[in-house]
Amino acid sequence: MTEFFSDLGTALPRLLGEGLRDTLLSFLGGAVLMVIVAVVLGVAMHQGPRWLRVVARVVVEFFRGTSLVVQLFFLFYVLPNLTGLGSLGGTWTAILALGLNYGAYGAEVVRGSLNAVPAGQWETATALSMPWATKMRRIIWPQAWALMLPGFNNLMVMLVKGTAVVGLVLLNDLTFESEQVRREVGTWPAFLAALLIYFVIAWVVSLALRALEARAQRRLGLGDFEVRKARQDADQVMAGGVPDDQDGR
Amino acid sequence: MPTDPDHRPTTDARTSEEEPRVRFEDVHKKFGRTTVLEDLNFVVGRGERVTLIGPSGSGKTTILRLLMTLETLTGGYIWVDGDPLTHDRRDGKRVELRPKQVAQVRKRIGMVFQQFNLFPNMTVLQNIVEAPVHVLGQSREQAAENALSLLEKVGLRERADAHPTELSGGQQQRVAIARALAMDPEILLLDEVTSALDPELVGDVLNVLKDVAASTDITMLIVTHEMQFARDVSNRVMMFDGGRVLEEAPPEQLFSNPQHERTQKFLEAVV
Ligand SMILES: Nc1ncnc2c1ncn2[C@@H]1O[C@H](COP(=O)(O)OP(=O)(O)O)[C@@H](O)[C@H]1O
Ligand SMILES: [Mg+2]
Repeated sequence: MTEFFSDLGTALPRLLGEGLRDTLLSFLGGAVLMVIVAVVLGVAMHQGPRWLRVVARVVVEFFRGTSLVVQLFFLFYVLPNLTGLGSLGGTWTAILALGLNYGAYGAEVVRGSLNAVPAGQWETATALSMPWATKMRRIIWPQAWALMLPGFNNLMVMLVKGTAVVGLVLLNDLTFESEQVRREVGTWPAFLAALLIYFVIAWVVSLALRALEARAQRRLGLGDFEVRKARQDADQVMAGGVPDDQDGR
Repeated sequence: MPTDPDHRPTTDARTSEEEPRVRFEDVHKKFGRTTVLEDLNFVVGRGERVTLIGPSGSGKTTILRLLMTLETLTGGYIWVDGDPLTHDRRDGKRVELRPKQVAQVRKRIGMVFQQFNLFPNMTVLQNIVEAPVHVLGQSREQAAENALSLLEKVGLRERADAHPTELSGGQQQRVAIARALAMDPEILLLDEVTSALDPELVGDVLNVLKDVAASTDITMLIVTHEMQFARDVSNRVMMFDGGRVLEEAPPEQLFSNPQHERTQKFLEAVV
């Protein structure tokens, strides 16, 4: 037993070096890109002219409907040949694949949240002659933001775990490193250490998003109903579905 | 009003004082296959206060929403001060105007909704200041000063920094009225603005509106079930049925001596 703990003690610091760095890099880069992709595609799907909505929808379905691992390989091995440019490198490949993949799910979260902002809010902004950009930035987005945070929370936690595939494009992330450490300390301590670290990252991320969520909702004075609806929508998106449209345009 | 290069120069005849504030010409509105308005023609003069009455589903809300550009015309024209709102006639053809041109004329129109629709991400003051700053280009100070005097007018100056959810429905609606007035509209559309309120809160809102009617020359189109209010503020009442103007008259006349049986029945039912 004491040996187990000393092995765990050996494994943890080893993983907290390069392993943690590559995992965090993939996660943070992927998270930033995910939000950008989600917002661009989500707004396009909700607000764009018909052709743009179709394009955005196709992109979203493509990334949701194909395997992350294959996307990763494609970007890493095929894309450089297609473009004739050099390889993106493992880190950028990982960030790109994660960002696009989770961003496609995020787009559905963004679209659903825009849709959940009551029609009266959109119409009042129009009645006050606000141009589109003003309406979105000042009226709609702050309300939709509060509604999309539960969904982003889920996706961020999924993304933390999703980074475990980046070893496939030669990053030395937590999962890869724990495989290395396993040879020295054995299966149990190595993977338990990795699990613990993943759990802590996901937990911190989730806490941070809950705090953001609480702040955004307090600002809006949102009632329980809206919050519950947003959580339900979030879970529906995770299950691969589309939030039902109750309101808005 | 700021000049817009896209704004079509209007002929003298169109902008002359003779042009009514609002003119519906052969207006047609279909939702899918349901025709709601068919060849609707009416005129609202400058400074007129017109109340629209009629059974539920007769198209009163649709008329106001068309004027606010919240619905799209499926036929005909709406003219505001002689300017086309969403569609113009050029060489006898009906052409849709570009959004920028629509926005120019739309700025002359304001609307208050049944459900208040205050922006929940803003305080009362911010709700009122937002559009004058971002749409009319007023400075924040100027807009805030104006907003405070409007709040004074609706009796809520001390609630300027409150959050909309801290206000009663009646107070929220008075803020919504102030917000619409802050854009200095020539035309104000009021769609059943007291229908969502508890009965004891209706009076304050109606008093504010009577005050607005008495102290400004804003043209008003009002949809209401408050017949006493309609009597007090409007100079004309239009009875709608089946998407048409069944009859119209000054309120005293229409309420006391309706010409159509339908109008009679309707009035008996609401009073
Ligand atoms: N967005 C819509 N889609 C389909 N039908 C609608 C829509 N808005 C209104 N209608 C229909 O148009 C008719 C007129 O509605 P409305 O203008 O709201 O009447 P009113 O305000 O006089 O009660 C009703 O039959 C209503 O069902
Ligand atoms: Mg109505």
